[in-house]
Amino acid sequence: MTKFIDLTLSGVSSGAIYAAVALALVLIWRATRIVNFAQGAMLMITTYIASAVIGATGSYWVGFVTALLSGLVFGAVVERVLIRPVEHAPPLNPVILTLGLYTLLVAVAGMIWGSTPRSFPAAFSLQGYAVGGTRLLFTPNDTFIVLVVIAVAAGLALLFRTTPLGLQMRAAAFAPEVARLLGVRVARMFTVGWAFAAVAGALAGVLVAPSVFLGPNSFDPILVSGFVAAVLGGLDSPPGAVIGGLVLGLALSYVSGYEGAALAPLAALVILVAVLMLRPGGLFAASRERRV
Amino acid sequence: MPSRAQPWRVDLVMLSIEGLTTDYGPVRAVDEVSLEAAAGTVTAVLGANGAGKTSLLRTITGLVPARFGRVRFDGEDITRMAVEEIVRRGVAHVPEGRGVISELTAEENLRLGGLWRGRGAAPVSEIYDLFPRLAERRRQPASRLSGGERQMLSVGRALMGRPRALLLDEPSLGLAPVLVAQIMTMVRSLADNLGLAVLLVEQNARSALSIANRGIVLNLGRVVADREPDELAADERLRHAYLGF
Repeated sequence: MTKFIDLTLSGVSSGAIYAAVALALVLIWRATRIVNFAQGAMLMITTYIASAVIGATGSYWVGFVTALLSGLVFGAVVERVLIRPVEHAPPLNPVILTLGLYTLLVAVAGMIWGSTPRSFPAAFSLQGYAVGGTRLLFTPNDTFIVLVVIAVAAGLALLFRTTPLGLQMRAAAFAPEVARLLGVRVARMFTVGWAFAAVAGALAGVLVAPSVFLGPNSFDPILVSGFVAAVLGGLDSPPGAVIGGLVLGLALSYVSGYEGAALAPLAALVILVAVLMLRPGGLFAASRERRV
Repeated sequence: MPSRAQPWRVDLVMLSIEGLTTDYGPVRAVDEVSLEAAAGTVTAVLGANGAGKTSLLRTITGLVPARFGRVRFDGEDITRMAVEEIVRRGVAHVPEGRGVISELTAEENLRLGGLWRGRGAAPVSEIYDLFPRLAERRRQPASRLSGGERQMLSVGRALMGRPRALLLDEPSLGLAPVLVAQIMTMVRSLADNLGLAVLLVEQNARSALSIANRGIVLNLGRVVADREPDELAADERLRHAYLGF
């Protein structure tokens, strides 16, 4: 029973991180119909920046905020400089471009910071909570991870649902031409969408870095998990991304806890294939059919 | 019958188009079209399918680039401006098929139309006074609205930004005759009461001419007639060849 609770709690914690990555992918997909394969490398860079700032200032929180802010700027710059010129090109062009960006960023990170993974501090203690006589695997830092991802997801939801900016962003995503006819500066909305997405990615980066270490390729697996979570959630829906992340986190936690950690990547792949074959619109696809 | 007696400030030309030409690849969709639309007037743009009516509107608002010619709005050359900048100057375009965003609620669609105006936007309640049906449907996703309600929504949404010119692309399409009459009455009153310069693209020539100050007939992208509505309706050759009644 303790094992089940442990696995559930750690599944929620890793699921929260997958949810943040999935959010980053979903925000970009639904705004610009591009799967951003460079997301993992972008959050790697912002995490390196955080690491440098933490090293220089000695403050985790200054580094944490710097990571999110640099994500905001980075996302906007990537959209404005690289993606906008190919927005009207055939769908394959931006995909190849994001793959190219991934390669470039990994190489640049290796040149600047070397390829040896380094440690990254956690915000709070990594020692599990003591319950009765035993210690849970769930730590104060896991609590922080879950809460901050919930806060960011809820903040995004509020922004989309209740603010004029969110309304314009949704309109630009759903119907760009009509949005332009209503005076919405659609291109600017896409830039903002990329910026917010990169913030969610940067958040995932600093949250996961203490457990995967910080190296140029450290975050590749997290991108795969985030992508599976996004597909689970329907690729189009931010709430779906969060739920997809949690479902995937739990599933992988149970698989690796009961069947062995080596099976987890395979399980993720099985889930991805199963969803694509059985419910291509995601777990929560309503009657609405949408070509993707 | 709606009044056509005194279109106000009829001397004030809002929209002036000179020699406008648009190509879709090798096809010339709009061919040296010139026209003027004054405040408080309805200009009907008529013609068969493929005559270039929709392309004309899309060129005016910049959705497709003009090859030659010039579009002026309130004296300013808007020919090469981006769509959203043209809209932000006060040219509202209700596209073919109405363009309501089905993922948003009726009220979100409305509010969206006024955002660019900031504080100068019409209050939502003003649109609900104009179209009480929409008030009942405000929280529904636009996908649940009927054809007539969508038409009201898209027109109401365009009015949110308090435009000075209104381009309507086949507002009667797919509506029952009684609704068509209502829409036409409403279009007339928008010109009369708000002083809008309305460019009304229609296949339903008879209804459109009944409320218009001027009728323009397009064929293969060219203006083949630009006359008073009564004269157009009386010209049997034009009616048979291009207007279908």
